[in-house]
Amino acid sequence: MKEKTRAFKAAFPHTIPVFTGFAFLGTAYGILMNSKGYGVGWTALFSSIVLAGSAQYVAINFLTSVFNPIYALLMTLLINARHLFYGISMLDRYKNTGRLKPYLIFGLCDETFSIVCSVKPPKDVNRNWFMFFVTLLNHSYWVFGSVLGGLLGSMISFNVEGLDFVLTALFVVTFVGQWKTQKDHKPAIIGVLCSVVCLVIFGQSNFIIPSMITILAVLTMSRKGYMDNKELAEEKVQ
Amino acid sequence: MTLTPVQTFIIVCMLTIGTVTTRFLPFIIFRNSKSNNSYINYLGRVLPYSAVGFLVVYCLKDVNFRVSTYGIPETVAIICITALHYWKENALLSIGVGTGIYMVLLRVMC
Repeated sequence: MKEKTRAFKAAFPHTIPVFTGFAFLGTAYGILMNSKGYGVGWTALFSSIVLAGSAQYVAINFLTSVFNPIYALLMTLLINARHLFYGISMLDRYKNTGRLKPYLIFGLCDETFSIVCSVKPPKDVNRNWFMFFVTLLNHSYWVFGSVLGGLLGSMISFNVEGLDFVLTALFVVTFVGQWKTQKDHKPAIIGVLCSVVCLVIFGQSNFIIPSMITILAVLTMSRKGYMDNKELAEEKVQ
Repeated sequence: MTLTPVQTFIIVCMLTIGTVTTRFLPFIIFRNSKSNNSYINYLGRVLPYSAVGFLVVYCLKDVNFRVSTYGIPETVAIICITALHYWKENALLSIGVGTGIYMVLLRVMC
């Protein structure tokens, strides 16, 4: 028990910034869901078992238009494709986590990843339990924030027109952030260009799947150049 | 609610399946090996950047530059978000201010 308390105490301070973020984004999500007629119960269910902010925001579009589960699945796969990278980065660290492993992987959202991959807990703290509590705390902040938003939305009537722009803002911010830290802008440009071209050709209601296919095709074709460049770069370092 | 409860529940399941797949896949594929030089690894490295580019376009898909409000609130808000984020690098500040500007412009222009 003492071991867990120590791990909890070590984990908590690192999650405070996530609390601020999730309180804000989660509340906005809950209010939006409420404004579309989905009560706090649905919001709580989405946030508890999906636990993927961007995908949940995008899914609001699927909850307010024609029922199309395949689109919802494909969009989720694309939006969360970045988690493949998180998983690959955490292969070693999650290797010997025993019965905590399924939950650690389930809860590996962006914010949790940024903490568990970079923070090394003090020596007397069990790292597995430390990572567990980081995951659990972040998970509960997300549920808390969105439930709070759902409740607020049902008690106070907001004029929420335009609040859904929070999703656009989130992606623009992510895009700018990635642009600043990444030297190779090709993947980002490929993403924008392929989507714009497909939007023009196929129109706003049919461009999702063509865009995904085009992006995957162009990325696959440019893989060879990418690998060659990488090898060249590695040679230079040596 | 546009969808029925059953349809909504199916959407929840789709989101869960999609998310769980992307999170568990690396651990299933690389269960025994530490192979890092694969197609999946390449996708994991480049797809996040392309996906966000796509998502920005996706969010703006319904903007019509020919009818009111001519895409002005979106354009102004995105310019402000980009500038603010380059300057301060505070995600919540950029999102909050950007959304605020958009909501105000929408009300002023309509």
